[in-house]
Amino acid sequence: MRALPVLLAALLFAPQARAETVGSKAFTESVILGEIAKDTLEKAGVPTTHRRELGGSRILFDAVKARRIDFYPEYTGTLRFELLAAQHLANDAALGPALAAQGLALTRPLGFSDSYGIAMRADKAKALGIAKLSDLAQHRDLRFGFSNEFVDRKDGWPALVAAYGLGGVRVQGINHDLAYRALNAGQIDLTDAYTTDAEIAAYNLVVLTDDAKFFPPYDAVFVIRSDLSPKARAALDSLAGTIDEAKMRALNRMVRMDKQTETAAARAALGGGAGIDNEPTRFERIAQRTIEHLALVAAALALALLAALPLGVIAARHRRLGSAVLAITGVLQTIPSLALFVVLIPLLGIGAAPTIFALFLYSLLPIVRNTHAGLTGIAPALLDSADALGLTRAARLRRIELPLALPTILAGVRTAAVIAVGLATLGAIIGAGGYGQPILTGIRLNSTPLILEGAIPAAMLALLIEGLFTLIERRAVPRGLRRP
Amino acid sequence: MQHKTEGVEFWPPLASLSLIDNMGTMIILSSVTVRYGGVAALGPADLVIQPRQTTLLIGPSGSGKSTLLRTLAGLTDYTGTLTVDGEVVTDWRALRQKLGYVIQDGGLFPHLTARANVALAGEAFGWPREKIETRIGEMAELVGLDMVQLARFPAELSGGQRQRVGVMRALLRDPQILLFDEPLSALDPVTRLRLAGELRDLFARLGKTVVMVTHSLREAMFFGGCVVLLRDGRIVQHGELADLIAHPADQFVTDFIAAEEAL
Repeated sequence: MRALPVLLAALLFAPQARAETVGSKAFTESVILGEIAKDTLEKAGVPTTHRRELGGSRILFDAVKARRIDFYPEYTGTLRFELLAAQHLANDAALGPALAAQGLALTRPLGFSDSYGIAMRADKAKALGIAKLSDLAQHRDLRFGFSNEFVDRKDGWPALVAAYGLGGVRVQGINHDLAYRALNAGQIDLTDAYTTDAEIAAYNLVVLTDDAKFFPPYDAVFVIRSDLSPKARAALDSLAGTIDEAKMRALNRMVRMDKQTETAAARAALGGGAGIDNEPTRFERIAQRTIEHLALVAAALALALLAALPLGVIAARHRRLGSAVLAITGVLQTIPSLALFVVLIPLLGIGAAPTIFALFLYSLLPIVRNTHAGLTGIAPALLDSADALGLTRAARLRRIELPLALPTILAGVRTAAVIAVGLATLGAIIGAGGYGQPILTGIRLNSTPLILEGAIPAAMLALLIEGLFTLIERRAVPRGLRRP
Repeated sequence: MQHKTEGVEFWPPLASLSLIDNMGTMIILSSVTVRYGGVAALGPADLVIQPRQTTLLIGPSGSGKSTLLRTLAGLTDYTGTLTVDGEVVTDWRALRQKLGYVIQDGGLFPHLTARANVALAGEAFGWPREKIETRIGEMAELVGLDMVQLARFPAELSGGQRQRVGVMRALLRDPQILLFDEPLSALDPVTRLRLAGELRDLFARLGKTVVMVTHSLREAMFFGGCVVLLRDGRIVQHGELADLIAHPADQFVTDFIAAEEAL
């Protein structure tokens, strides 16, 4: 128990530790680029932490603005059309000044663009002599199978038809994941793709050149804080032009298809094949995440106890205030957890602090409600006896009321603990680590073993906590209060 | 012998009460009124409770007898004045120190052993451990409990044993006033009779001012002393039981006595 404040402090202040911190979005390519950046900076003598899979573009962009991270990989198109869409920037060149106004800057482009493209089997393209999108006008009999999203988007297929004069071509909608298989099996000839999709390398496809410059550029860059150390900035700029689409596809393929780690892919990109040896073993990974997960839950529960017990006592003492307290904690419980995590980012940043705070809020209700129920459920005659004995209000609370309410209060804490163990897996989305990390990565890589690596320990931890509370109840609840 | 209906008694001047002091504690209620949510549950009641005597509060359910007892223990808000030992009560904690309160089934705290329940009476006023231990030894002997029984939790004791522990706890601080709320009603007939006998002997031996709520005229008869008959929060008649029977104040008293005798 005494170590708890230290642990708390460590958790809350760890994210602010000084070393450069790179963040990455929750998809393979971003994580690989994060690893490449980390390795590059460390080779240049700048200690770097990589906070993986923090979330979507908005979360990373807010994090770098709030100085929670120092830089992260981004695409110029995402900046122009999503993050800074309100400013209607005419081209990528306008990004520099717009970002400077927010204390941010861009590195030079890494050398590839991850944008929409039209993919086709390499052998078929070669046989038909198709290399550019403008060549398609001569091949209207090809079977076009596009993702529903691409067909529907105003800036998707309809605009492409106009740009390349493809009017009258028949198109069928198809699920994006199935499209690659259909293409490979020769059921369709063309589909929309992201230019760095691993499948392009895996299925031996080509992306047709966008010779009319129809698709806006999504050049990969790093968004950095303007005051990033010159040494770090120089190291990042040294990556300019070193990764083209083919190389990025191969790296994505290493992770997505060949089940290698992002770290290994980054090493391969930087020309050092070795280094896989210092990857942690599965056992070490689980142990590390168990510590992270337990720390999140323990810190949240400790804080919740500190707040909820007094709140429960106050609620039991004053009826009107009590119904207000119960109503407020009840409303907190109804906030969707993802929304709460995201709302907390501007206030508490990313990582452990907002996660602990969110878990704390969710733990309040069960503890407050059970404390209230336990205290108000005490027979009035017993309280009379306590008063007649001459116990002061404080002594009555400490020696009579709280012990009598203890079984009910413990049941509330148990409920809060089990809920917190489950919810804490969501913390991984905002970089808090824990069992949610492998689940998140597993979903991204479609890897069941990875998902189970997080899900099984999480379920076991919940059971363990149930068991622990049974033990605590046996020890803490006096014999006189136990049900026979 | 005083026959009284509420409010018609002549009170001795307060200055003369110190004479009574060395003879035990006298309790005087003057226009004491208790309201629960605007409804009068008791009074206005005027009553002198004689020192070193057993006074029985009797009446049908809802007559206010328990409310009266709870008021004497400072467990209700009231208007009017309550005078104990010649002083108007303002400091309830000080009064409670010389007051023992026992309810039906003992009112024991289920999470504490019998011994811890009893010790609490001393701990509430910061008694040193040795003093508490000495008193527990004496009181256990007085009520006929041994240390093995005292180590048990209330749920592990019989109804009669629980009530003995309740009495022990009330006696620990050697209070001048003992308040009982139907202490025998949760017991089987054999245990009730034995405990009633022991309590009566105890009261005679200790010379405390005892106020006991009972719903049974037989119980009142057994304990003797003064009877206060209540109805709808008002004191209907106050005096020796034999007197009540011989000279009922009104038809209600007659009916009440007749009903008790019939069953």
